[in-house]
Amino acid sequence: MAHFTKATSVKDWLNQRLAVEKVEKVMASEYWIPKNINFLWAMGMVLAITFALLLVSGIFLLMYYQPDVKDAFYSVNYTIMRDVDFGWLWRHVHGVAASVVFLIIYIHMFTGIYYGSYKKGREMIWISGMLLFVTFSAEAFSGYMLPWGQMSYWAGMVITNIFSLGGLHMDGLVEWIRGDYVPAQAFLARFFMLHVLLLPLAIMGLIGLHFAALRLPHVNNQDGEEIDFDAESKKYLAGDKAGSKVMRFANDFMSKDMMVVGIYLIFFFYLVFFQYGFALDPVNFDPADGLKTPAHIYPEWYFLWSYEILRPFSVNIGLMAFGFAQVIFMLLPWLDRSPNAVPASRRGAFAVWFWLLLIDMIVLTAMGKLPPEGMFSTIGLVAALAFIVLWVALPFITMNEKKA
Amino acid sequence: MKNKEPLILVVVVAFTLLTYWLVEPYAHSVMHKHVESENFAYADLPALTKSGDAANGKVLVTGAAACIGCHSITKDGIPAGMDAVTAAGSYGVNPPDLSNAGVIYDAKFLADLIKNPAHALNVAHKFDAAKGQMHPMIAFAGAGGDVDQEVADMVAYLQSIAVKAGELTPKMAFEEACGRCHSMKYENWTQIGTKPEYKFEKESLAYDIKVLEYQEALTKYMGKLPPDLSMYFRSRNEHFLSTFIENPQSQLAGTAMPRVGVTAEAAHKVIEHMADAGDTKRHERESVGKNVMIFIIIFAIFALLWKKQVWRDLH
Amino acid sequence: MHNSSRRGFMGKAFGAVAGVGVVGSLVAMKKTWDPLPSVKAAGFTTLDMTIYPEGELITEKWRGKPIFVLKKTAEMIASQTESQKKRDVVVGDSHFMIAIGLCTHLGCIPGYNAAEKSFLCACHGGMFNWAGEVTKVPPPRAFDIPPFKIEGNKMILGEAGPEYQAMKDSGITL
Repeated sequence: MAHFTKATSVKDWLNQRLAVEKVEKVMASEYWIPKNINFLWAMGMVLAITFALLLVSGIFLLMYYQPDVKDAFYSVNYTIMRDVDFGWLWRHVHGVAASVVFLIIYIHMFTGIYYGSYKKGREMIWISGMLLFVTFSAEAFSGYMLPWGQMSYWAGMVITNIFSLGGLHMDGLVEWIRGDYVPAQAFLARFFMLHVLLLPLAIMGLIGLHFAALRLPHVNNQDGEEIDFDAESKKYLAGDKAGSKVMRFANDFMSKDMMVVGIYLIFFFYLVFFQYGFALDPVNFDPADGLKTPAHIYPEWYFLWSYEILRPFSVNIGLMAFGFAQVIFMLLPWLDRSPNAVPASRRGAFAVWFWLLLIDMIVLTAMGKLPPEGMFSTIGLVAALAFIVLWVALPFITMNEKKA
Repeated sequence: MKNKEPLILVVVVAFTLLTYWLVEPYAHSVMHKHVESENFAYADLPALTKSGDAANGKVLVTGAAACIGCHSITKDGIPAGMDAVTAAGSYGVNPPDLSNAGVIYDAKFLADLIKNPAHALNVAHKFDAAKGQMHPMIAFAGAGGDVDQEVADMVAYLQSIAVKAGELTPKMAFEEACGRCHSMKYENWTQIGTKPEYKFEKESLAYDIKVLEYQEALTKYMGKLPPDLSMYFRSRNEHFLSTFIENPQSQLAGTAMPRVGVTAEAAHKVIEHMADAGDTKRHERESVGKNVMIFIIIFAIFALLWKKQVWRDLH
Repeated sequence: MHNSSRRGFMGKAFGAVAGVGVVGSLVAMKKTWDPLPSVKAAGFTTLDMTIYPEGELITEKWRGKPIFVLKKTAEMIASQTESQKKRDVVVGDSHFMIAIGLCTHLGCIPGYNAAEKSFLCACHGGMFNWAGEVTKVPPPRAFDIPPFKIEGNKMILGEAGPEYQAMKDSGITL
């Protein structure tokens, strides 16, 4: 056993056993952040706070929710919304946070794409981030099942049917996932398990990986500048705080993080109390009925773009396009053939590609919600094809990019 | 170096708002047709031209062969001829008690209803006399005098016995206007009344069986069981509910639901009761919401001040 | 040298044994997610085919799924094409369109428009005619037909009779 001396203070006592000082340096005070970054770099903290809100509100909902097809709707809409003191608050926070978290994820993702923060050395940050996106999607979908309203039931029906893989007719796989011919008790209970245990565990593990992946390459900056972190941090520690190009994570950057979080929370709580309809769809306040489809079925807004890629094609091609959309983002670090880790504005054709992709995804999102008729079908088809073309073209666009 | 943050913020907010506008207000305006409210004017019904005499109306309404053959008027001590379940078995639905009809329903509507029920209720498409499909309420053909005067008298009588408009509670409005077809489980309301607390399970089950029997007759009459309205305030919006109550056909062509003919004020109370059931904590949400907003703005100001202090050394 | 390669071998052998355990437990986990026997057993519904009015779509329920029953009018029967005749279900003198009332694309219930005698799926805009055939994609094929067996005027859903078997063999339904 290592040698332990009588502790001179509580901190010393902890230091000898947990090396808290070292940990604090690695994680906070000597975790160096470039100074030339903007508020978009605070989205990570905003996401962490939103995840915390989801976790806390979820814990309180979990205490009253009943994962039973006969009681689920009642437990949510009567017990939690009417009986439990502040039950409505937890539900609104949970529902709104589940929707807003995707807005922040998309901002975070497009920030990464714009500034090239997935380039050489930072691939694991990108990959772990995309894995987080996938698990968050699964978490959102499984959670959407739980109130057992009309949208829960029919979203469950439509999404699990995707696993029959069109022309392959794997109905057995669909029934295996559901544990029944249609979404029923077995389905609700297993999605409940996924939502409250397995997926949150995976998310927490991936968050750890995402943070760890950031530590060695450091965060990117808004000028594509290569910073000598050793030299600059020495400068900072020697007292030249203003001259150094880097700052401590805590408290330097954290104070800015918290400022952004503060502004974000004003927006967030406004939505929770006064503008929640977009996240708590009215149709889901009708109890699940397997013999009646709602007039309009659409997923939550953050799935609309990939849903719209599925929709305009015949079933097999649609599924292939959908599968393409699910994995293609993951491959971005290799599809972008240029080594330039600089903002898109300095990358010529790539800048055009970036804005086209963003606009195309917004168009897909809008068409995914609108009824698939007439002009909307056509626009959806064009946007879906454009999405595929954009990604196929990316390697060719970036291959000949000049050194920035 | 120029500070780009304001520009970035504008871009982020603009794209966010654009996406929101497309998937919420715009998409919903395309998906749901907009029905304009007529403020419960019932313009298609003839206006009342005669002023009624309540005393004569009482004679007409309570005459042995008239309204009270099917309707009770508990206010005037006239009980129902049969219980709700038996009545539903005979008529498809339990005929309403008329004590407060005068305040809940529009006068023009009541007058037209007495003379031509299927017309006033806007369910003429369901009843075709030629095929022997008669509306269960028999049209009043007059008691020998001027029919319009007699109907005006009857309406005047109903208005005279009803509670004052201010005394009509949201609960009363809902139960009398909607509650014989729609249950509201979260308010413990069934189509045959508020379910009492029973000590023994057997009695409770016996009550449930009565409800089921009533629902069976109602289902046969309406084509399907009218939905429970507990959560309708959240699953439909207020404008939808209001225009739907005013004229169900405008939102859902061919629906079996009749026009109920409530006054604007009674409709407002019905919706308030639906809000009490489906969005019970809305007042608390608003007041807590205001306080949280004030707090969070203070929180953001302190965060800003802290950041300013920390960053003073960094520039 | 000799020692370390043997250590390496034992490490791999241990890994292989552990792998067997993992595969074994995966099998158990897979089976735990299978539909329960009680779910599988409750799969037969008997319909009395004499009660249906002509030209009106009635929805029955079988294994939690809606079943469309449409008794064809004389006009429909007269206008049937060869392929529609193959999907026709005859009980006594009556002709029926019998189908699982789920869009073959992703399983929403299409709504029936009696005036136009066609089905429209709200989810992705697929359309079917009164005989159950696709008139607008994305649905890849006509409505599926549930396994049925005709016994006099009754029809048993969930059991495959000769008429159903013939349809299945000729590829009319899956």
